[in-house]
This record gives sequence, C-alpha cells and structure tokens, in this order.
Amino acid sequence: MEQKIRFKLNGKTTEIVTDPNQTLLWVLRNQLGLTGTKYGCGTGFCGACTVLINKEATRSCMLPVSDIQGTEVITIEGLARGGKLHPLQQAFIDHDALQCGYCTPGMIMTAAALLMKNPSLTRQQIIEGLEDNLCRCGAHTRIIDAVETASKEMKGGR
Amino acid sequence: MKKNDLKVNSETTSEAGNGMKRRSFLKIIGGGIIVFFQPWGELDIFGAQTQRRTLTQDYNAFLQIAEDGTVSCFTGKIEMGQGVITSLAQMMADELNVPLEKVKMVMGDTDLCPYDAGTWGSQTTQTFGPAMRAAAAEARGVLVDLAAARLGVPASQLEVRDGFVVDSKNPKRSVSYASLAKGKKLEKYLDVKPAPEDYTKFTYVGKPLKHSDALLKVTGKAKYTGDLKLPGMLFARILRPPSHGARLSTVDVSEAEKVVGTQVVRDGDFIAVLNENKDRADEAIVKIKAEYTFNELKVNDRNLYDRMVGADSRVQVLNAEGDLDLGYQQSDKLFESEFHDPYLAHAPIETHTALAKLEGDKMTVWASTQSPFGLQDGIVRELGYPREKVRVITPFVGGGFGGKAAYQQGVEAARLAKLTGKPIMLVWTRDEEFFYDTFHPAGVVRIKSGIDKNGFIKLWDYSVYYGGTRGSDTIYNVPNAKTTSYSQNTDSVMIHPFGTGPWRAPNNNANTFARESQIDIMAAEAGTDPLEFRLKNLSDEKMIACWKAVAEKFGYVPSKTPGGRGIGMACGTDAGTWVATIVEVNVDKTTGKVRVLRVASAQDMGLCVNPQGALIQMEGCIQMALGYTFTEEILFEGGNVKNRGFDAYEIPRFSWTPKIDCVILDRLNMPPKGGGEPAIITVGAAVANAIFDATGARLYRMPMTPARVLEAIKKV
Repeated sequence: MEQKIRFKLNGKTTEIVTDPNQTLLWVLRNQLGLTGTKYGCGTGFCGACTVLINKEATRSCMLPVSDIQGTEVITIEGLARGGKLHPLQQAFIDHDALQCGYCTPGMIMTAAALLMKNPSLTRQQIIEGLEDNLCRCGAHTRIIDAVETASKEMKGGR
Repeated sequence: MKKNDLKVNSETTSEAGNGMKRRSFLKIIGGGIIVFFQPWGELDIFGAQTQRRTLTQDYNAFLQIAEDGTVSCFTGKIEMGQGVITSLAQMMADELNVPLEKVKMVMGDTDLCPYDAGTWGSQTTQTFGPAMRAAAAEARGVLVDLAAARLGVPASQLEVRDGFVVDSKNPKRSVSYASLAKGKKLEKYLDVKPAPEDYTKFTYVGKPLKHSDALLKVTGKAKYTGDLKLPGMLFARILRPPSHGARLSTVDVSEAEKVVGTQVVRDGDFIAVLNENKDRADEAIVKIKAEYTFNELKVNDRNLYDRMVGADSRVQVLNAEGDLDLGYQQSDKLFESEFHDPYLAHAPIETHTALAKLEGDKMTVWASTQSPFGLQDGIVRELGYPREKVRVITPFVGGGFGGKAAYQQGVEAARLAKLTGKPIMLVWTRDEEFFYDTFHPAGVVRIKSGIDKNGFIKLWDYSVYYGGTRGSDTIYNVPNAKTTSYSQNTDSVMIHPFGTGPWRAPNNNANTFARESQIDIMAAEAGTDPLEFRLKNLSDEKMIACWKAVAEKFGYVPSKTPGGRGIGMACGTDAGTWVATIVEVNVDKTTGKVRVLRVASAQDMGLCVNPQGALIQMEGCIQMALGYTFTEEILFEGGNVKNRGFDAYEIPRFSWTPKIDCVILDRLNMPPKGGGEPAIITVGAAVANAIFDATGARLYRMPMTPARVLEAIKKV
C-alpha cells in the first residue's frame, strides 16, 4: 500500500506518495533525485548514507521512509545556503579532506550534526563523533583538521 | 608551411582500433584542432599490442583545442581519488602553456579516449604522463605552425605563453589558441616531434595544487555510476551462491515474482530480479528459494599456509647472485623465519556498480571501474558484441585500490540489458562486494639469512609462495643471494579458493613485512641499532637519502632493540619510488592492543608533479596500511567467505589515526614515478619492528591482532 508522506526536505515542504517500507536512502536517490547521499553498505556500518533528521545525524539506508513523516530532513544538497558553501564544505575543500569523495557527504553531514549540538568541538570529540564513518582512502587526518577549522569558524554563530 | 602535412582528414578511419570510427569520434567532440598523437615504440607499455588492438592505423592519445580555447585531454585513465584528474591537467597545462583552468579532463570513455590497459600499478603519472606530455608538445608545434602562417613570420620566431602564440620580436603581435582553432576542424600530425618542455619552465608541475574535483564532491554533485538514472531504468539483484564453487540444484522464484513490479530474468543458472524500485528488488531477491550442491574444499584460513608451502608449485628463481653455500660459510650467525600474510579485501566504500543501456545494437555501460577498456573487452568476449558496438563510460569512481580492475558487475549489467532490452542499474551489495572481490592473495615468505662477525649480511635465501613477487628484491648488499617464487602450477590443485588480484602495491606489503622484519631480527642479534644496521648494508644512494630524511623528520635517536621505546622502521621500493618509514607505537601488554602514535615517512618519487596530491597519497597509504597491519583478514571455510561486512572486516577508523609527517625528496630533474602505493608497503613491517622494540616479541603474521600480539609476548 502506498502512503502519503509529508516532510521538510532541505528547507522545502515536500509530499510524496510511496511505498512506506522503502528506505529513505533509495527514496532520496531514486525518487527525489538527491544522489549526494550514498549507498555504502546498507546496514548502517559505514555512514555514507548519513542525513540529518531533525538535526540528528541518521543513517538513511535502514530507515523506512514512513519514519520521516512530519520531520525536517537535510541532505548534502541542502547544506549550502544562498549559494554560499557551509563552513564544513569550505573547510573540506581548503584542507583537501577527501580523495575519492564517496564517503564525503556522509562525513560532512555527521560533522554538521556534531557542530549543531556543540559548535566548539575538541579534536577528541571530533574523532569520537566521526568514529563510525568509514573512509577507505585514508583522508582521516585531513577530515579531522577540516572539522576543527569549521568548528573554529562557526563559534561565531551560524 | 613546414613539411608537416596538414590534413583535413576523412579517410583515416581505423577498423577495429578504438571501438569507434574516427569520423564518429569527430562527430561527438565537434570542431577545433584535434591532435592525434602517433605512438612510437615506447608506447607498447600501454599493452595495446598484447590486447591485439591495432596501433598502426590507430591514434593513441589525443587532445582537442576548442574554439573557446578550452583544451580537452582524453585519457583512458580514471579518477578514483588518487588525484590524477588534477596532476594530468597540470602536466597538460604546462606543456601547452595554457592556464590550468582551460584544461578539461575527459577520462575513461572508450569511445572518446585512447586505449589504455587500466588505471593501476601507479602507472598514470610515470607512464601515461610522458606520453601525454609528448602529445601536448606535438599540439604546441601544430599551434605554432598555424600561427606562423597566420602572422607571416617563421615558426622559430614564435613563443607560446598563456594560451597565445606570440611573435618574440614584436610581442604585440600574437594570436590566441582559441582564434587559431576557430572555424577549423583539423586533424593534425607532426613528423618532427617537438621536445617536451624543460622542467625549469614549469608553471604548474611541481606546485602543490588541491583536488580540482573537491567542490563537486563536497556538495554531492559529483556523479558516480550509481547516481545516474535513465528513463525506464530497472534495479537488478542477482541470485548468488552461498559459497564459491557451489552449484545451483533447484530454484523456486514464485514468491519473488509476487513482489510488486518485479520481473524475474533467467538465463541458465544466471537468475536476477528487476524492479524500478531498489528496495523491492532487494525484497524480491531474498524470496527466491534456491538449493545448491557443494564441492567441499578442504582449505580454510587456518590450514592455508601449510597447504601453500607443501603444494606442488611452479618454481622460478627470480634472482641469484654469488653462492649460497659460500654464504653459509661466511656467516657467523644464521636466521630462519617464516612469515604469513592473509587474503585482504579492497573494500572501497562505493561497491562495484554499473548501468547498462542497449540502444539499437549498441551497448553502453557506465561503470565504476579501473579498467574501462578491460570491461569493453569483457562484454565483447562474454556477450558477443563487436567491439565498436560497446562503449564504456567511467564516471567518478568511489575508490578502487586494485579491486575495480575486475569488472564482473559491468558484464552482468550488460547481460541483463541484453536479455531485457531495458536500462539496468546494478549496485553490488556490501555482501557481494566482499564475496566477489578479487582479494589480495594470501602468501608465505620464508627467509634464510646470515651475517658475519662485523654485522654484514652474507646470505639471503628468500622464497615467496603464492602471494606475488612485487617487492621481493633483496635491496641490501648481499654477496650470496637468491630469490625464488613458488606459484600456481597449472597441473596442480588450485591454491587460492577464490579470485585474487592486485591490492594497493600488490604483495609488496607482505614482502616488505618479511624482508624488513628479518633485517630487524638480524640487527637485534648483532646488537646494532636497526638504522645503523640498514645503512651499513645498503649502498643504494636513493634509499640512503630517504633514511636520512626520515630520521631527521622523526627526530630519530639510535638505540639497540628491544629498547622498550616502541620505535620501529622499514624501507622498500615500489612503482619506481623509494620509501623509508619510522613509527612509534604504544603496546598495551595486558590486552595486546597496539596503537601507532606517530609515523614519519620519506620518499623519492622522482619529479613530483603535484606535491600536495602526492602528500595526500602518502598519508592515505599510511592510514590504509593500519588495516592490513592490525585487523584485515578474510576468514573463510572452503569457498565460503565468512566476513562480508564492515562489522566483521574492520578497516581503519578515526581513532586509529597517528600523527603523520611525510617528506617528499626534491627531484625536479628526474622522471616522475609512482606515488599512489609506495608508502603503504613499509607500515606493517615498521609496526612489527616497533612492537619488538617495545616488548621483545616478534610477530610473523599479519594482521597483528591483540590476540596474536599477546601470544607473541608470552613467548618472550
């Protein structure tokens, strides 16, 4: 049975009619055309599919889309505002904190949630917060540096 | 005009060559000046002839200067995070003297790009780079010729800078590349090849540049294969056997067919479900009831190593110097060790993915692959299409590490598109990725060595079984040395129970682990600081320079081992690059858990095209190496791969990250060498040696799990 699901997606009210058992990941990717959110493992172990739901970093690969009814969802495509990159996106560019780039959206979304809760993260808090996001290329040091830079920048408020 | 013949060309179509007639190529890319780079002998390294590709009528590399002055560089190489999209553009910009932002890379498209065997072995910069530079130099010559005609001055009087050809005697007279290309649709060949630019004239090469694709990747706009969508596209899932070697006996697809919108496709034992909805395809595939017969293989991850050394193998002596008997006589102390190395998964975060579309009689496949032309050949071979009817396009690749040299998923997607006529998207699950990975091959290394009273190595008898020989060279000065390879004998039982293939610096990790551990064992027995011992037994100037650089970076203070400090080291060569690494570890002697605190590494890679990109590759190598060092090992029972997820096969995480300091030696006047792999080879050995320094415990098997470290500590 299809179901009507209303939620806020990257700031816009969105309504879809869909099989409620589908995962949010594939609804985003296949139905809504937001392919920045990646499939990596389908079992919540890698973090490539991370999006924000009500400002919480959430793995979209195992989440039935019915669960997002009435929530606010932000994906990597919705992070930049008014044509200006989010400080995290800018910091990832400035620190060259990526290689193949496939884990990057999940890394940035996880870090964004951390920064929303605590804009002045210590290095140790960054490491702990990103611990369950996997990067195979080995960009870890630069990712930590980038989040640290964004954190410093965002202390001023954003 | 000089003797270069300017051809407005229509007759030089090559029949099989690139899978496409030249005229169609021109149709696709439009006008401007197109320079065909005629290959000469040295380009056989592209493997074209071994692949029976016709080179005589074939263009081998080319670039296009468009009417807006944009320079497109066509390469069969692909971008998977190693950064060649940036470094190749740097080389092109310098050679053609154009601003970097004018260079556009077109990568991994079999219809547009010159044949290339594949992106692996750290070959892009060292092998493709010079060929591409030669093509660019040729293009520069074409532009100068055209400008000479336009400006009415001899070519010798002209200079090129920033996308303009300028009259050196009257700099106000100049003509842009864009205007030279305007209104033209020219193919151009040169008989006299201009020399590539001198390195001292480089504007971009040698300068640290950031990843040019970063903006796309931080905004989610970068398109990987799985991000593409075609009208009517169906997601596929394929029925897989539970283990390698299992054969389908009975199957019932009736429940799968009941899942809304599902189409079941069957072609012999090849069974797939298709659905426009990915989750429903996932739902349907598990509803297929299938039974299998098993051909139980007796091999597993525990007995494998005995099986290897006991097998009837193909034996090849790779190197022999002096006389081993003499080596025994000259040795005061003898050492014998055996090292074990397991199967490893590549585990890129993007699984093997392909999208296939059949349009008329033409099959187009977009794939995450390190080998677009290999996949094209695979489709030709397995599905019977003529080569010119198969086009492979490579979007961004989400990590490869050698694993995407294999392209099974692309053939599978094409097969389903052929069977159904519909566009098929196949995204391997993580389970499939672990199951069908072409693993780094497990192997054994046995070494017998000896030193004299003065600490000079006199004997080195090195045998490598089944892992691969890259990095098995002695590198130290040994008068009596032999390297023997034991590999699969075609008449014997297959040793590897599943597919194996190159894994970042193929088997050099294992060979370096063995060699550098053995060196460390001897240094400790000789009572000599391990760096001093190495320098004493080395004469390779490049290796010695790397050691000096890394010792300085690390702040190394000599000491005998085990000294309780937890400092270890290793060196080696890979892809033409020299590398030396020193690490410091902390060992928890009650749990066996080892943490790497810091790593310093120095490498000589010849001319470093992009020092920033090379540095990032070194850092990535070091971080990735922590996986094979501490956790990564495929567990299996017969053909059944047991760890098929990131829960059971653990790869490096943020909390493992050490402080990393890298040095790239300045070698501007040397040819460029590989940079994507070398630094990974030394880390495992350096950590093993550091554990010995900390505890006196010697480890002979990767990965060095807490249990194995504890076991080794107990033996001290």
